[in-house]
Amino acid sequence: MKPPAFGYAAPRSVEEALAVLADLGHDGKVLAGGQSLIPLLSMRLTAPHTLVDINRIPGLADVTVAEDGSVIVGALVRHAELLAHAQAFEALPLLRRATSNVAHATVRNRGTTCGSVAHADPSGEMTAILAITGGSVQIAAAGRRTRDVGAREFFLGPLESCLGPGELAVSVRFGAPAPRSGSAFLELARRQGDYAMCGVAVTVTLDDSAEVTTVRAAYLSVGPVPDVHDLTAPVAGQRYSTADWRAAGELAASLVEPEGDLHASADYRRRLVSVLTERALPLAAADAVARTQVAA
Amino acid sequence: MTTKLFGEPIARREDARLIVGKGRYLDDIGHGALGVAFVRSPHANARILDIDVSAAVEVAGVHAIYSYEDLDGAMAQPLPVLIPHPSLTAPRTGYPLANGSVSHVGEPIVMVVADDRYLAEDAAERIVVDYEFRTPVVGVEAAERADSAVHEDIPDNVAARLVQEFGDVDAALLQAPHTVSFTQTIERSASMPLEGKGVHARWDAVDESLRVYTSTQTSTSVRAAIATKLDLSLDRVEVIAPDVGGGFGVKIVHPWPEELLIPWAAIRLGREVKWAEDRREHFVSSAHERGQLQRITAGYDDEGRLLALDAHILHDHGAYTPYGIVVPIITSTQLLGPYRLANYRCQVDSVYTNTVIVTPYRGAGRPQGCFAMERTMDRVADDLGLDRAAVREINLIRADEFPWDNHLIFQDGRPLIYDSGDYPSMLDKLRDLVGWEGFEARRSAAAADGRWLGIGMALYVEGTGVGPYEGGHVQVLPSGKVLVSTGLTSQGQGHETAFAQIVAEELGVPIEDIEVHTGDTRRFAYAVGTFASRAAVMSGNAVALAARAVREKALRIAAEVLEVDAADLDIVDGVVGVRGDPGAVLPLSSVAVLSNPLRYAFDEASRAATQFARFASDDQPPVADDDEPGLEGRDYYSPVRSTFASGAHAVIVEVDPGTCAVTIEKYAVVHDCGRLINPRIVEGQIHGGVAQGVGGALYEVMAYDETGQLQNASFMDFLMPYVSEVPQRIDIGHQETPSPLNPLGIKGAGEAGVIPGSAAIAAALEDALGIRITSMPLGPSQIYDLIRAAQDGTAEMTLNSARRSQEEST
Ligand SMILES: Cc1cc2nc3c(=O)[nH]c(=O)nc-3n(C[C@H](O)[C@H](O)[C@H](O)COP(=O)(O)OP(=O)(O)OC[C@H]3O[C@@H](n4cnc5c(N)ncnc54)[C@H](O)[C@@H]3O)c2cc1C
Repeated sequence: MKPPAFGYAAPRSVEEALAVLADLGHDGKVLAGGQSLIPLLSMRLTAPHTLVDINRIPGLADVTVAEDGSVIVGALVRHAELLAHAQAFEALPLLRRATSNVAHATVRNRGTTCGSVAHADPSGEMTAILAITGGSVQIAAAGRRTRDVGAREFFLGPLESCLGPGELAVSVRFGAPAPRSGSAFLELARRQGDYAMCGVAVTVTLDDSAEVTTVRAAYLSVGPVPDVHDLTAPVAGQRYSTADWRAAGELAASLVEPEGDLHASADYRRRLVSVLTERALPLAAADAVARTQVAA
Repeated sequence: MTTKLFGEPIARREDARLIVGKGRYLDDIGHGALGVAFVRSPHANARILDIDVSAAVEVAGVHAIYSYEDLDGAMAQPLPVLIPHPSLTAPRTGYPLANGSVSHVGEPIVMVVADDRYLAEDAAERIVVDYEFRTPVVGVEAAERADSAVHEDIPDNVAARLVQEFGDVDAALLQAPHTVSFTQTIERSASMPLEGKGVHARWDAVDESLRVYTSTQTSTSVRAAIATKLDLSLDRVEVIAPDVGGGFGVKIVHPWPEELLIPWAAIRLGREVKWAEDRREHFVSSAHERGQLQRITAGYDDEGRLLALDAHILHDHGAYTPYGIVVPIITSTQLLGPYRLANYRCQVDSVYTNTVIVTPYRGAGRPQGCFAMERTMDRVADDLGLDRAAVREINLIRADEFPWDNHLIFQDGRPLIYDSGDYPSMLDKLRDLVGWEGFEARRSAAAADGRWLGIGMALYVEGTGVGPYEGGHVQVLPSGKVLVSTGLTSQGQGHETAFAQIVAEELGVPIEDIEVHTGDTRRFAYAVGTFASRAAVMSGNAVALAARAVREKALRIAAEVLEVDAADLDIVDGVVGVRGDPGAVLPLSSVAVLSNPLRYAFDEASRAATQFARFASDDQPPVADDDEPGLEGRDYYSPVRSTFASGAHAVIVEVDPGTCAVTIEKYAVVHDCGRLINPRIVEGQIHGGVAQGVGGALYEVMAYDETGQLQNASFMDFLMPYVSEVPQRIDIGHQETPSPLNPLGIKGAGEAGVIPGSAAIAAALEDALGIRITSMPLGPSQIYDLIRAAQDGTAEMTLNSARRSQEEST
């Protein structure tokens, strides 16, 4: 488990990085926290010609809460930093709720949130969060204006994003929560910190009289890309405290097409989709009430 | 006053060094050494047609590429069968490098030596091996069907058929008022030490000597194997186990192919050579254990008294039998547990499969035996509608019945005689500790809240401290430092602490003055190894005896100098003194100087000591006929037979009815390993054992597919429990029934914690779900399948669950 020889570049600015990446084309590979890439190299599952280490580039390590309440996370922000970021949590509590489930402290200290998204693992927490918050990825390339790509277009398949050769994700933007909405995140992993057998991020929006207007959910480990499902129908107009969350969970189970693996059969995953959804939704509704002071 | 040390829960002396990164593990040694990578078989059962290395020799930095054809002399012979047995009628071992065929994925075929491991892997990747495939045999049932064979000349795939028997089982089953028959399985798992295997070798061509470091549980036996296989004189070979990052059994197997190949290459190349196993290699080329299918029939009376037990076990032995049939022997003997039984038959068919070899992993066949017996107890109780603890109680050997002869032969070839114990009191303690009596009420209350709770227990007896011997050497230096050495190795057990406690107490010296060395053939050449919960019993007693010899000599010398009777002397805090005479003292360091008539006074201490020296009589030699220079002692401990520890675990689990996730709510252990040297170390052993037991019960599987590919050969998919999966609290009750067999009265504690895990957790899950559990481990996905099967009537419910629902409805 030793990687074959590879070239190494350590650019000191985004411009330099983009120039190096453009030069290398298909031969270049961005190295951020290395928590996914280095194991792949060591197992010789990938053998890039040159690693472009972005860790020495200044200005990529900021978490910014924009005026509209969205949270912008630079390419070098580690999971641990996002987890500890008070304003980000206040603006978008889902971020911390999900990030605390990413791996273990040692991995979170090195791995980047942006790298997680770039890695496009449908079992990763941040892919689902990007999807459900209607977020986007800011992609730069030499000689081009930075483009902003929404989650739907960004994730193409398992471990496959729209990032092309020469491109660098400079940040990801997680969208602001809707007014009168609340969120919850639940997952079940075989062991704490493992990739989840199934996980769910939900948002529930209420109207002024605490009745449900919108229910949305995005899942981990149940499909090739983090689809966002609308689960409003079975609970629309119901009061948050007595809504038929079970029906919403059952609807979710009918919408997903999970696959089985060593740790969880497809049927069991479907069961988890329904149970976790049913459990997460009342939490999200309560969160909506608590955060937005809708008349409870 | 020397504070009492034996039995005290002092902190482990080795931990600070290991925790701050000052350990010296195999891969910390020899940074300039050449690196090694192996081409290992990607197929489970194949003939090798051709090996093409032409592309690999081109890689810059490659020094040598070896395959079977390059092996010479004894190296070209099959690896040894370490422990032959009359029942092992078709033993089979591999070769250091595959000789024409491979029998499991991971078997080494080609060895590449290069400047470093990176380049060696580059070259290995370029080697092309041509195979002719054969049908792989995976799983014991396929092996039993024998539609195809693992080894062509062993068509029935049976390596050994071991029968252990007493009484008349068939007659007793016929007469028994009740019988139950069932089949159950237990999965494979593995020792999985955090540090894999590793070997470093250096040949000194001028001195014609070989030094080998290996991450082993037995350096002395590796030394003998290397000397034999490489045709070297034993005195030219030294083998050292450096700090070893865990063993759990896998490193007692020897010689591993690499333990021969690395020194062999070092001699041929005249260079230091090193190989440190990586995790993937460890999964597919070390060893696994546990996998068994058990067909059990039990006969019992109305009160649950077990009258007869007939067990037919299929034991998955993997591709080869280098370690003999130790695991089947242990399963078939230790199955009996703490119970009286008049009629018993256990047949173990040890079958070959095209998978990694099976050799002892902590517990070594006991978890399976315990699973068989304890699940039988649960069946009996369920059938009769009796309390599971009560059924166990009625079958227990009583405290006044020791020594208890089981009329079988144990793994050491000696009679299976339990030396001491008190099983009824152990069970009482366990019931209190876990809250057995009040549990029914708790369960119903939880059930009313939609929570599923279950409780289970399992008892075991563990043969520990197998012989034949272990030795100890204790030497007091003129500096006052006390060197203690024993030949067996350490893999984290805390020997530096426990052995020092024993010597400090026996000799009367401060523990700070003691330095313990293990596993180094330069210091101690005769040893067996660290396995079978034997180190404390064997080396603990050996160093105690050696320390007693030193004490006796020290008192003899001091008695002469102080002109008193040795019987009036005592050693306290490293100083010999006359009881009741505070003025007459002589430090042990001075005694050490005096013990050697060659007294060059290199330092103040020696000069000071010489003032005590008396002139020897002109008619006597300076060293008397029956004496030796130096203050040291060496002794061996060799037991007549094993000593039997015991224990009982109980566990409360909760199953989430929605997600089927299992949480361990309480885990209680009552443990009896005779006199405790250090309760803290024993508790650490229990914690680690329970962790591995939980792993085996809820997480760990070796996911072989039907072609013999191990699908989860990484820590990402082989689920060892993290600290977050192990019960945060383990309630431990100690019981001490000293062993009458050894001077210190101790029994082994190393493996105990892992033995009853699967049995107790299976029982608790069965209790929680009301569904019969016949296969372990169980993860939530399997529990979900069970629940659905119960709903559509294809899974068996326990009788007890039916009784419970009846009670509820009335
Ligand atoms: C033991 C362990 C457990 C884990 N458990 C989880 C878990 O439970 N949930 C989870 O979500 N993740 C988990 N991970 C993965 C972890 O979150 C990684 O940190 C993350 O997936 C990748 O981030 P990174 O910065 O380490 O990226 P790297 O490993 O450096 O890169 C990953 C990939 O993304 C690309 N990339 C990275 N940054 C950029 C960028 N700015 N622009 C373009 N491409 C880029 C790289 O080229 C590479 O292809 C685990 C990892 C380990 C080792």
